[in-house]
Amino acid sequence: MSADVIIRVEGVTKVYTMGEEKVHALRGITLDIVRGTYVSIMGPSGSGKSTLFNMIGGLDRPSDGEVIMEGFRFGELSSGQMAWIRCHKVGFIFQSFNLIPSMTALDNVAIARIFSGLTPAQARRDAAGSLEQVGLGNRMDHLPSELSGGQQQRVAIARAIVNRPEVILADEPTGNLDLRTGEDIINLLGKMKMDLNITVIFVTHERDIAYHTRRIIRLRDGRVVADEPVPDGLFLEAERTLAAAAAAKAAPAQPNGGRSLGAPSADARRAAVAP
Amino acid sequence: MSTLLTVRVALRALGANKMRTALTTLGIVIGVGAVVALMSVGAGSQAQVTAQIQGLGTNLLFVRPGSTAVGGVQTGAGGAATLTLTDAQALAQLPTVADAAAELMGFGQVVGQGQNWNTRLLGITQSYLGVRNATMARGEWFAQDDLDSRTPVAVLGSTVAQRLFTEGDPVGQAVRITARGGVGGSFRVIGVMARRGSGPFGDQDDLIYLPITTMVVRLFSQRAVSGVPQVSTINVQVADQALIDQAVAEIGEVLRTRHRVDTDDFTIQSQQEFLEAFNQILGTFTLLLGAIAGISLVVGGIGIMNIMLVSVTERTHEIGIRKAVGARRRDILAQFIVESITVSVLGGMLGIAVGSAVASLLSRVQLPSATGGAATALQTLVTVDSIVLAFGVSVAVGLFFGIYPANRAATLNPIDALRSE
Ligand SMILES: Nc1ncnc2c1ncn2[C@@H]1O[C@H](COP(=O)(O)OP(=O)(O)OP(=O)(O)O)[C@@H](O)[C@H]1O
Ligand SMILES: [Mg+2]
Repeated sequence: MSADVIIRVEGVTKVYTMGEEKVHALRGITLDIVRGTYVSIMGPSGSGKSTLFNMIGGLDRPSDGEVIMEGFRFGELSSGQMAWIRCHKVGFIFQSFNLIPSMTALDNVAIARIFSGLTPAQARRDAAGSLEQVGLGNRMDHLPSELSGGQQQRVAIARAIVNRPEVILADEPTGNLDLRTGEDIINLLGKMKMDLNITVIFVTHERDIAYHTRRIIRLRDGRVVADEPVPDGLFLEAERTLAAAAAAKAAPAQPNGGRSLGAPSADARRAAVAP
Repeated sequence: MSTLLTVRVALRALGANKMRTALTTLGIVIGVGAVVALMSVGAGSQAQVTAQIQGLGTNLLFVRPGSTAVGGVQTGAGGAATLTLTDAQALAQLPTVADAAAELMGFGQVVGQGQNWNTRLLGITQSYLGVRNATMARGEWFAQDDLDSRTPVAVLGSTVAQRLFTEGDPVGQAVRITARGGVGGSFRVIGVMARRGSGPFGDQDDLIYLPITTMVVRLFSQRAVSGVPQVSTINVQVADQALIDQAVAEIGEVLRTRHRVDTDDFTIQSQQEFLEAFNQILGTFTLLLGAIAGISLVVGGIGIMNIMLVSVTERTHEIGIRKAVGARRRDILAQFIVESITVSVLGGMLGIAVGSAVASLLSRVQLPSATGGAATALQTLVTVDSIVLAFGVSVAVGLFFGIYPANRAATLNPIDALRSE
């Protein structure tokens, strides 16, 4: 494996057995992801995007084939070792946020840090840092139900980055958000990728969002049907659109309708992403 | 994950469903409470029996007729089959023996002041009072002369005195005693015994003391072959505790010689053995009570398991989230086990409090005596043992019944857990 390939997927298949019927969600996927790249996975509904995402993140195991991350062959790892991978190597972001409803934003982020072995006090301190990074420094003690969708997704991003993972996996992170908020989130992910030098892979339906990445992998019926770089022109256009949107939003200084104190600085940072 | 945090998470989860937690805890409270209360009854009667046996006297040996040989010939050829009054007199002469008092047990009906009462008759020798550590409430004890001349005098146990003489002093009054399997006779009451109390042995005051000689001759018209009364027990008081073993050996030798037998046709039991035998029975009884109560603890445990299973099902999605962000099996396992142990420990502590309260209420209950004698207080004793046991068992119940649901949660496939809503 060459040094800069962080994830290698080798002939991964996944078959779900539903009674008599067999569902071939993945029919043999092979691909390499280079460290530090920004990759999107596209494809129609049911094409196996989420299934692949779960395999790459070690949430599920393939029926056949192998996922290798930084030299760790998932097939050879115990469930405890897989937990270690999920804890230290991967940060997940889901369409439905997946926050624990009974915990504050701070604790939702801290919990990931605690599983990595820190004391609650240390975990909280780091969690607070992550929340500041995503512009939620003033919402730490709110329960998920007291946050907007965009804010909840930011908490999820804070949680995903708190353990300083190598890879962020985001399955339709904007799927439950309106376009504007979705763009904020994408922008934030892009910034995190830059700041932390993380590999970001996300699943999306939306072409415009996919154009923010440098590579698009298209799936259909459990197979890779296209895997190509995003032309520079499209990428830059997408970046410009976002930067403009961010700048437009920075003016009213009321992002996401919140009375956010940390928001202006977050917006300033977001604006800095613009080329 | 740190233990403290695990406990905090568990408490929060339990607090989120207060009613459910309270009801589950109640199951354990009842179980542990029942164990503590019932075992206190067992331990209480054990303490009572111990006190009673110790109250019988000091350094006592009880010699009774009949061998302990199992399935063998019970008596030696040509030997006396029973213990007699002269055996008692011979034993009293032994250097290791302080005194010996014979007793003969019978049953009979007694009439006095128009009242009549069925009770036990105890023919005894003069030394009985001292050997058995008994005291008089009023009147006086027999003189040796009463035994020698077979005087028809009686000392009443306090229950009998109460039954027959509802008012006035029984001392000096006449009573008529008819022995079961014997005849009747008139006796003069010369004294009343101080209360000895009652308990698992029955009412110790529901009896009449008679000089053994008088009893044998007047009530049973009986004369042994040799003209010496037979006795049912010889109470031997050993001079010193250190001499008990030696005394047992000497008594055996004397009796075997007197009875001209090689194998014992009598049994010697020490107060200590007596105590141990009773303690063994009562200990078993106490454990049995505890075990019966333990069943309700098991039921409470099943309640915990049920709630934990519900809780796991409800929180499957949350478990999935935890796994996705890096929780290991043991983190999830610990979370649910701590939760179930928290419930059971909480229930256990409350249960110990409730059980102790019930025990103290029970000790105020007056049990009517089966024979119609004085009411008996039910004695209860909450021992440290029973508290440790109840607490330990409740922790074990939480652990045992928590493991299955916790393990189910811990072994969930992360993606399956995440998918459930
Ligand atoms: N747990 C499951 N059991 C059975 N079949 C499943 C399961 N999960 C996914 N599938 C099937 O596998 C195929 C791929 O599903 P997947 O969720 O990966 O699609 P997707 O590309 O993410 O779709 P969408 O864009 O709608 O999220 C589908 O046909 C789906 O029905
Ligand atoms: Mg999907």
